[in-house]
Amino acid sequence: MSTTDQEPGLYAAREPVFPKKVYGKFRNLKWFLMAFTLGIYYLTPLIRWDRGPSLPDQAVLLDLANRRFFFFMIEIWPHEFYFIAGLLIMAGLGLFLFTSALGRVWCGYACPQTVWTDLFILVERWIEGDRNARVRLHNQKKWDLRKVRLRLIKYTSWIVIGAATGGAWVFYFTDAPTLMVDLIHGTAHPVAYTTIAVMTATTVFFGAIAREQICIYACPWPRIQAAMMDEDTLTVGYREWRGEPRGKGKRTNDTELGDCIDCMACVNVCPVGIDIRDGQQLECITCALCIDACDDIMTKVGKPRGLIDYMAQSDEVNERAGKPPRNVWKHILRPRTIMYTTLWSLVGVGLVVALFIRSDIDLTVAPVRNPTFVTLSDGTIRNTYEVRLRNKHGDDRPFRISVKGDSSLRVQLEGTPYETVTVAADEMQLQRVYVLAPKGSVPAESPATEFRFWVEDVSNGDRVYKDTVFNGRGK
Amino acid sequence: MSKKPVKKGHQVETTGHSWDGIEEYNNPLPRWWVYVFYACIVWAIGYSIAYPAWPGVKSATAGMLGFSTRGDVQKDIDVAAAKLAPINAKLEAAELTAISGDPELNGYAVSAGSAVFKTWCAQCHGSGAAGAVGYPNLLDNDWLWGGDIEAIYTTINHGIRNEEDDDARYSEMPAFGEMLEGEEIEQVVNFVMSLSGDAMDASKVAAGAVVFEDNCSSCHMEDGTGDRDQGAPNLTDAIWLYGGDYAAVTETVTNSRYGVMPNWNTRLTDAQIRAVATYVHQLGGGE
Repeated sequence: MSTTDQEPGLYAAREPVFPKKVYGKFRNLKWFLMAFTLGIYYLTPLIRWDRGPSLPDQAVLLDLANRRFFFFMIEIWPHEFYFIAGLLIMAGLGLFLFTSALGRVWCGYACPQTVWTDLFILVERWIEGDRNARVRLHNQKKWDLRKVRLRLIKYTSWIVIGAATGGAWVFYFTDAPTLMVDLIHGTAHPVAYTTIAVMTATTVFFGAIAREQICIYACPWPRIQAAMMDEDTLTVGYREWRGEPRGKGKRTNDTELGDCIDCMACVNVCPVGIDIRDGQQLECITCALCIDACDDIMTKVGKPRGLIDYMAQSDEVNERAGKPPRNVWKHILRPRTIMYTTLWSLVGVGLVVALFIRSDIDLTVAPVRNPTFVTLSDGTIRNTYEVRLRNKHGDDRPFRISVKGDSSLRVQLEGTPYETVTVAADEMQLQRVYVLAPKGSVPAESPATEFRFWVEDVSNGDRVYKDTVFNGRGK
Repeated sequence: MSKKPVKKGHQVETTGHSWDGIEEYNNPLPRWWVYVFYACIVWAIGYSIAYPAWPGVKSATAGMLGFSTRGDVQKDIDVAAAKLAPINAKLEAAELTAISGDPELNGYAVSAGSAVFKTWCAQCHGSGAAGAVGYPNLLDNDWLWGGDIEAIYTTINHGIRNEEDDDARYSEMPAFGEMLEGEEIEQVVNFVMSLSGDAMDASKVAAGAVVFEDNCSSCHMEDGTGDRDQGAPNLTDAIWLYGGDYAAVTETVTNSRYGVMPNWNTRLTDAQIRAVATYVHQLGGGE
């Protein structure tokens, strides 16, 4: 490594990390979560959901061309984007909650960067062998046939995984079975191929090549998380007071060695290449693999497990003083986490309520202000309104437009002598509506009169309203 | 093998800045970052050769790829024109009265007409088509030369009282200030304003009726409802192009008015004129 009296270099070379295979309960949990999250990601676009003949039958679909978002029984229009905002707020609060309770648990278990990196390392281990074999292959200067073969297989497998990731991504934006056939026949839209190519490249680069460097250098989340942790947050820690002084060899009463036998198992399994015995560090994603590794060793040497363990800062103080650690639930259930949970639930309940009380007719009224009113030849004052009618239903529907307010107000629709317009299934229609007030009537002579537009589905009586203003010639 | 990684022992230079005793590390960059930085420099050199980049006295270097933003816009315009050619042809071939019955053609004509209107017509008629003093409001149901689609099309095509187009709509109101006595003008103004329902001096109205019949009724008709063949306004309604107060009407009778509109057939394509006629027709006053 570099020495201190030299000029600092322009860059620091990355020290490659070769995580060793590990067994244990946290590793098993991570395997399960990996299968679960990747399963959701790859299989969701294939789920079908019947919405009738005029709408797509894909359960989860971001239909950009028609500007619709389908999620099982829910259909979101662009003007309802606040639902997405609400979901993002919930996601944010959820992260706050988990971070204040369990530290970087998101980073360690569920973040796509972690899940895909884990997958890429798994494949690497299958092909090139475990840590020692990989280190040897890395250090081997000569590119013999074996090294070429292994590297070729590894990169090919990585690219296949990347392509599958990008491939699944595009399925969220268009009908998956149709696109799959088109992709195979080479007839899909160029955007689909470009997207897959870009996603393949980024997946391989982020997950397989850059790996922990994304977490350390690129991701802003580790910086934010520090602000959410406190002395009750459970993170991965090393019981230094139990382990030190570390050392190999037999424990006799006069050597005064701690429980740590300095076997480096915790360092060798670490996917970000740190030594947890140095304390909590910025790089640590709390994946808990070092806990598994150390517990395994402790069992073998006949010491109690938990030399490296999930613990809170307050426990450290207690344990050093010889007191037992507090119960895990006492760390997790505290005012801060309860408050986050409450906020999270409130937003969630609000969203669900908003989702179920929304009407399948939607109406926006934009009064035309240029000019505010028109005088007709018989002195009638006319106002114009641009009324957008949204039919969020699978059938064409006849909507009758009427006004309620001063009794002298009359409605006329542009382009039709009737008061009813038919809006096609799942469409928005812009209808210009005239409201007239005869000469001398109150609305015609006042500066402004409030009234209400009613839109009623003639076929079933569903109706919605919007309040607006009629501008007269009064000053 | 079980040596402790030396990471902890690294000594890192500081930037030399010190704030209240707090110093800033000058950590080296990751290697890939430095390479990306160099790659960007190489890219920038190539880019400035391939694309317009270096400013000169009159213009910047042209770039080897021949790219220009104006050229890009022209390409977009050509593409749009080619794309719209079929529907423009359809619009030119259609009966004017049939356009509103064809939703696709009507939708196109209204959108295209709106753009044409805002480019060429809004200067006088206003962007909302509400007009101004001397420039008719196109939203109401009062028309000088007719408000059906054919009449609107003819007006836009040939214009009104212009020198350029022999087919322009033409009529001229005499300046009655040279033909009538001041008292007669006062009387006829009283009569004309009473036609719209304004309360006027009854004796002057009665005298004005005679003046009106002798001088005005040939164009404005005996009942004052006007004549669209001559562009003579209806004087009985609530709409006044040049203002309906006493002074404005007196000015009109005394010195007459001479509103001019250009002919658009030399500046716009027939499809554009048809589109803007359709647009104006559906603004709320079309007949």
